[in-house]
Amino acid sequence: MIRFLLKGLFRDKSRSLLPLIVVAIGVALAVFARGYIKGLMVEMIEKTAQLTTGHVKVTTKAYSENMDQLPNDLALLGAAAFRTELEKAFPEMKWVARIKFGGLIDVPDENGETRSQGPGVGIGLDLLSAGSGEAERLNLQKSLVRGALPSAPGEVLLSEDFARKLEVAPGAEITLIGTTMNGGMAIHNFRLAGTVRFGNTGMDRGTVIADISDVQLALDMDDAAGEILGFFRQGYYEDEFAVPVVAKFKEIYPEDHDEFAPSILRLSDQEGLALYVGLARSMGATITIVFMIAMSLVLWNAGLLGGLRRYGEIGIRLAIGEEKGHVYRSMIAESLMVGLAGTILGTAIGLGLSYLMQVKGLDISQFTKNATTAIMMPDIARSRITPPDFYIGFIPGVISTVIGTMLSGAGIYKRKTAQLFKELEA
Amino acid sequence: MFSVSLSAQNAEEILDRVDRNMSSDNRIFESTMIIHGIRTSRTITSRSYSVGDTKAFTEYLSPAREQGTKMLKLEDQLWIYSPATDRTIQISGHMLRQSVMGSDLSYEDMMEDRELTEVYNASVAGSEAVDGRECWILELKARVSDVAYATRKMWIDRERYIPLKEELYAKSGQLLKRSTMSNVIKVEGRWFPATIVYKDMLKQGEGTEFRITTIKFNQNIPEYIFTKAALKQ
Repeated sequence: MIRFLLKGLFRDKSRSLLPLIVVAIGVALAVFARGYIKGLMVEMIEKTAQLTTGHVKVTTKAYSENMDQLPNDLALLGAAAFRTELEKAFPEMKWVARIKFGGLIDVPDENGETRSQGPGVGIGLDLLSAGSGEAERLNLQKSLVRGALPSAPGEVLLSEDFARKLEVAPGAEITLIGTTMNGGMAIHNFRLAGTVRFGNTGMDRGTVIADISDVQLALDMDDAAGEILGFFRQGYYEDEFAVPVVAKFKEIYPEDHDEFAPSILRLSDQEGLALYVGLARSMGATITIVFMIAMSLVLWNAGLLGGLRRYGEIGIRLAIGEEKGHVYRSMIAESLMVGLAGTILGTAIGLGLSYLMQVKGLDISQFTKNATTAIMMPDIARSRITPPDFYIGFIPGVISTVIGTMLSGAGIYKRKTAQLFKELEA
Repeated sequence: MFSVSLSAQNAEEILDRVDRNMSSDNRIFESTMIIHGIRTSRTITSRSYSVGDTKAFTEYLSPAREQGTKMLKLEDQLWIYSPATDRTIQISGHMLRQSVMGSDLSYEDMMEDRELTEVYNASVAGSEAVDGRECWILELKARVSDVAYATRKMWIDRERYIPLKEELYAKSGQLLKRSTMSNVIKVEGRWFPATIVYKDMLKQGEGTEFRITTIKFNQNIPEYIFTKAALKQ
């Protein structure tokens, strides 16, 4: 039977070609769109996590309430011991201390007078300890444009655009003018080790990256850290991973009225990221449903047209005694084969396009240039191929073909056997 | 009972008497600043020289982190020298509003040495006792635009002509700072509050206590102190 139907499909291309093309295009678009949007969302979320939010973030209660102001006067004290405590309590996670700070970067001339100056936002992180993983987390080595990563105390990185604006090159001495933890003026010299480009316009505008111990020294934050970020060993964020961590943290450090008590936030609790996490999660299902409905409508129409064209053939088949149900089922079986073939072809095309987009990426910097959202927008959008991309196309591809045929083929049951010969004579 | 309807002339006279106590041709003083932060208190000592309202030089003596830090004010310009970096940085623009050493005083506050009669129009708003001493309440409204506080309210000791309490307001009417003066001493024939507690109302913490440990008026201050070269010495 299958062989017979297949022969029919191959010999009568008008019966199979259009549905096959529709399914292949639809599935290819669905697979590509899913991979692209998933890639963009995951990249946005992970980039934000690595740079700002962590998968979870521990701060003092007061700091978390004023986080936008980088309130280092409300930082965690005894940060080293506290981080060790966290490592023991949550061995499944990697914990890192960070200090975010703002200030002016001042470049002196040969007389020590200001030659150029610009506002910067800094991150203090562990760059000098072996195995801290922070340089890798921020992808600093690959982002390096000039010079080298800091390898000794007192060395610092500037974003390339910022360094060019200040007309400063690796090896030069620069001065940070900021605010100490006590609210006083901090003036601290650094040597520029290198420059980096993050691929994010906001970051490239004025970022300073220094070892956390240097920042502690500069800002009078002895053994203090603004934030301790926790990262899941899996390397990506899921609410399911974060919920038990938060629950356990609250058991160990119950909430009290002390504004300097430690407090924990999930990635999705920070900076409106819950929306993006939710979107990233539901994106596959949404795209599948949208494409399934759209393709069903197209294939229903294609089926109706096909039904009209095959009006005579079906009439003869019914006239010579084939049951209506058998005709209907054979048409569905045909559509199933077309659907499968179209899905396989579409998935292959969709995966191919996704792979191309994963490797090459698409420059969207023009759209993100003046972005002021809390979430980090990548300048290069890349797809991300995940295992579901290999089978997700079968849902819209096969179901819509079958639904389309079922809807259009329902007309068979309206044909009256008594009138068939009259129809055929006409 | 003191009449609230004192003439503007009287208010100006009161302010002039205050200026004569608080301002001088020049002065040298050593001070201790205790900054009561939200978590800890820090004590900073310094020595300051000033001539009129145009020149001032301050050297921080302790603690170790601040030791050797110097500030120089010449007319409307302010420089800070940091010995750790060997850098002299000019403080300007929004940086002037930044806290000095984490205290409740800003660089702008440190810069303001002009006589009150030069900057404000005064009127008497009433009277009230402060720490058991009868005071006039003066309302000061800025008559110039380059001033940090558009209005001020001062409680002036009726007998000694020194402020015992002060509130500083923004143009919007928001209270920005409050200060209370105590430990009033007589130095070279003039009354002077040796302890002033400043409270920045927009900042957490318990305020900054500024104690003058020694003060001398009308001294011979060498001119080289008020040069940028003196910062690095």
